[in-house]
Amino acid sequence: MMSVETEISFKLNGRDVRLKVPVVMKTLAMLRDKLGLTGTKYACGEGECGACTVSVDGKTVNSCLMYAVDCDGREVVTIEGLRTPQSMHPVQQAFVDCGAVQCGFCMPGMIMQAHYLLENNPGLTREEARRGLEGNLCRCTGYTKVLDAVEAVAGKSGAQR
Amino acid sequence: MKKSAIPAPIMKESLIGQRVRKPDAPDKATGKTRYINDMVLPQMLIGKVLFAGRPHARIMRIDTEAARKLPGVHAVLTGQDAVGLKFGFVRDNVALKDKVRCEHDEIAAVAAETEEIAARALGLIEVEYEDLPGVFTPEAGAREGAPLVHDDFPGNRSLHFEFRHGDLAAAEAASDLIVDNVFRPHHVTHCCMGTSCAIADFDHNGKLTIWTQTQYPYNYKMDLAPALGIDPGDIRVIQPPVGGAFGSKLDVYPYEPIAALLAKKTGRPVKVIYTREEEFQASPTRRAAIIHMRTGCTRDGALTFRTADVLLDNGAYTSWGPTIPVIMMRTTSGHYRVPVVDFKAQAIYTNNPYAGSFRGYGNVQTTWATAQQMDMLAEMVDMDPLEFRLKNAQVSGETTPQKSFLRECAFVECLETAAGASDYSRKHKEYAALRDAPGRYRKGIGLASSIHNAGGAKIHKSDGIGTILKVDDYARVTVITGASEIGQGIDAVITLIVAEELGVPLEHVTLVNNDSDIAPWDVGVHASRTTFIAGNGARRAARKAKTQILNAAEKFVEEPAGNLDLRGGWVVRADDGAALIKLERLLRQMHFQAEPELVMVTDYYEPRSEPEGAGHISDHSAAYAHAVHVAEITVDTLTGEIKVDKVTVAQDVGRVINRMGLEGQIEGGIAIGLGYAISENMRIENGMLRNPSFRDYKLITAPEMPEIEMHFIESDCAEGPYGAKGISELPTIVIAPAVANALYNATGVRIFDPPMTPETVARAIHEKRAAAAAGGAAVRRESVTA
Repeated sequence: MMSVETEISFKLNGRDVRLKVPVVMKTLAMLRDKLGLTGTKYACGEGECGACTVSVDGKTVNSCLMYAVDCDGREVVTIEGLRTPQSMHPVQQAFVDCGAVQCGFCMPGMIMQAHYLLENNPGLTREEARRGLEGNLCRCTGYTKVLDAVEAVAGKSGAQR
Repeated sequence: MKKSAIPAPIMKESLIGQRVRKPDAPDKATGKTRYINDMVLPQMLIGKVLFAGRPHARIMRIDTEAARKLPGVHAVLTGQDAVGLKFGFVRDNVALKDKVRCEHDEIAAVAAETEEIAARALGLIEVEYEDLPGVFTPEAGAREGAPLVHDDFPGNRSLHFEFRHGDLAAAEAASDLIVDNVFRPHHVTHCCMGTSCAIADFDHNGKLTIWTQTQYPYNYKMDLAPALGIDPGDIRVIQPPVGGAFGSKLDVYPYEPIAALLAKKTGRPVKVIYTREEEFQASPTRRAAIIHMRTGCTRDGALTFRTADVLLDNGAYTSWGPTIPVIMMRTTSGHYRVPVVDFKAQAIYTNNPYAGSFRGYGNVQTTWATAQQMDMLAEMVDMDPLEFRLKNAQVSGETTPQKSFLRECAFVECLETAAGASDYSRKHKEYAALRDAPGRYRKGIGLASSIHNAGGAKIHKSDGIGTILKVDDYARVTVITGASEIGQGIDAVITLIVAEELGVPLEHVTLVNNDSDIAPWDVGVHASRTTFIAGNGARRAARKAKTQILNAAEKFVEEPAGNLDLRGGWVVRADDGAALIKLERLLRQMHFQAEPELVMVTDYYEPRSEPEGAGHISDHSAAYAHAVHVAEITVDTLTGEIKVDKVTVAQDVGRVINRMGLEGQIEGGIAIGLGYAISENMRIENGMLRNPSFRDYKLITAPEMPEIEMHFIESDCAEGPYGAKGISELPTIVIAPAVANALYNATGVRIFDPPMTPETVARAIHEKRAAAAAGGAAVRRESVTA
């Protein structure tokens, strides 16, 4: 039953990939188990926690819910694709500098979502960030320093604390 | 190497109290960190566990024939493979069971080439059960003639604790007012974002390597060994990065010996990793309890006595959680001056999921009760709740009835600071007066406080830590420490302390702390002890290295060692900061001289605390600390929804070490405590967990997180590193009753059984209104005696 496979090709972190995936495979499993991109995390498998958030054609999705075959012809960016080989993306840098990372397990998803929010609304307020990150669970930080980091990138550091 | 140019004078710039980022944060933020959940070893098999899915049953027949024959399956184990391999706090657990005592009891386990094959194999195992009547509350378990969870534990009694101090009858007689309530703290669970995972592999000398999420690697060996029938010395514990722990990894849980048993059977590495649903079902809980508490005081507001009769829901097995009464009794008997105490706690076996340790360790439950009764008594004696607390608050130099000595106690400062900063007393009066005003929304303000160990807890014979420190020829420092990193930030704290002492950049300090074959003894991450204990260890080791370096420097720089210091990577003259020789150059000269020396030191630090004493009387932490929270809330009286707008925190931290990490621990601790207060609840019906998913088990999310104002009170603990105390549990402990007191302030409704969900709050408000309309008093389960 797992043996029905189909070939797909898509852009992953800026590079073209082509591979065969089982039709029942989810994007999360493809990224982690087939492509070795373990930065994207499994934490619930049912779209409730956001740890597996990746960007597909510029929009964030829960990769645990999206079939791998649906990546065909699209552009996928994971946490590994945000930074350049030399430096972190400003959003990643802000998370590090603001102390938003504790155990860090939810952070790849959280950062992908924060990145998406900031791309679409560079002047994002703290309140908008709260709403926008509602789907990303974190058990360590209480979100406060996550919001600080988003605010720092949005150029509103220190405001509305 | 080139001789470096002599820089300008370097003055001392202390790192203590600065904001330092976690050394592992960049890799975590870029997805580079390989958590245990991400690990794959060559030849690795996947282990999966068959849960019973029923709370209490005999196993009549188990047929694994079809599962064994499935291609890709390498081993199938059942209770037959674990006979006699008892483990656990009272040796009542076994990795694979021969009888079902709770829903997630592990009945069989499979190792297979892939997770899919393992899952299919589980589906092929046939088990025939004979269901048994169960016990699902501690009252039911304690009842005469109740079904037994374990045949060898009569009365379903797991553990029993008692502590008495003073003449209760006389204190009751001297009391003008007594509050008497029953509180029922509920089941919650840790919800680590990284689900439980272990990888086990045996070598051909019979030595086990286990990659685990454990937060107590050394005693872990001792606890794991009997589950496998091997010597603890033959276990190597490796701790890869983990997705949270919060106390959930302070014991051995069956998936770990199961991975090892499967590895032994197959001769290959085996990884067991839980799905989120399995995680909800199989991870330990915070202990649900029934707390019957009575507190008395005189008419002028002096506490006279407190009694607590506690029934704890042990669940089906006894994990590390059952010693929580030792902590519960301190808050019951101390932090407010309670001259007479009568504390009793019994842990009763039930067929529910079993409890373990969880950040706050019993103090969450006790403080839920004590902090509410303090408000109730204040109202009865018609005092401002702050004033009532100040009148009874313990101060430096006092000793609790259990002999916890409050050496540097900043409780009064915490109370005054939190109340002052939030304008508590004025708002409390104002909101109470507006309680019955028209309109749907009410404002409320509530204050709560607690005490917790802040210098470790000598629950073992040792509460110490070993540290090895070396400085290489490039002035790079390696600290080999027993202290585990589980996300809490001890990596940043130790790095900061060592950089402070040795005057090297933070990034020149590396930590090795995840392999029991390399790092020396530590008791583990618990009891808010790691900054205190491991921080002291790191500082002592660094100071030894510094002494060696400065003594050696004497002859190279012609300046007495006593007038030298290490700053900015240089040996400098202490008084004027003149740079004398570059540290790495000195180290090489030390190394290559006629009588060569390398800088490598060891330290064993054992805090000045006493082991748990007879009758639970001992000064068993090297320090104690207090925290006060003031919660300001808005209540929607129609829906019952509580919105926490702001929390003002005043906490005795001893001394701030890493300010950013400290803030993060307090914010995160509040998030866990707030979930406990208003939304998290394991719905367990007849032993079956009904909500094993994030959809139905509600964690606090970003929009619900209140604004937090923090005040750090620096009491300068003589024994702590630079004066620091442990800090991480108090935030989780104090918030829930602060919200409960705010709810009462806003609405006149008091909730005894958390969580304060909208349904619970709305029902209580409507009941109160109905009772008021009928002309009756709205007091539930409260009695007042004069």
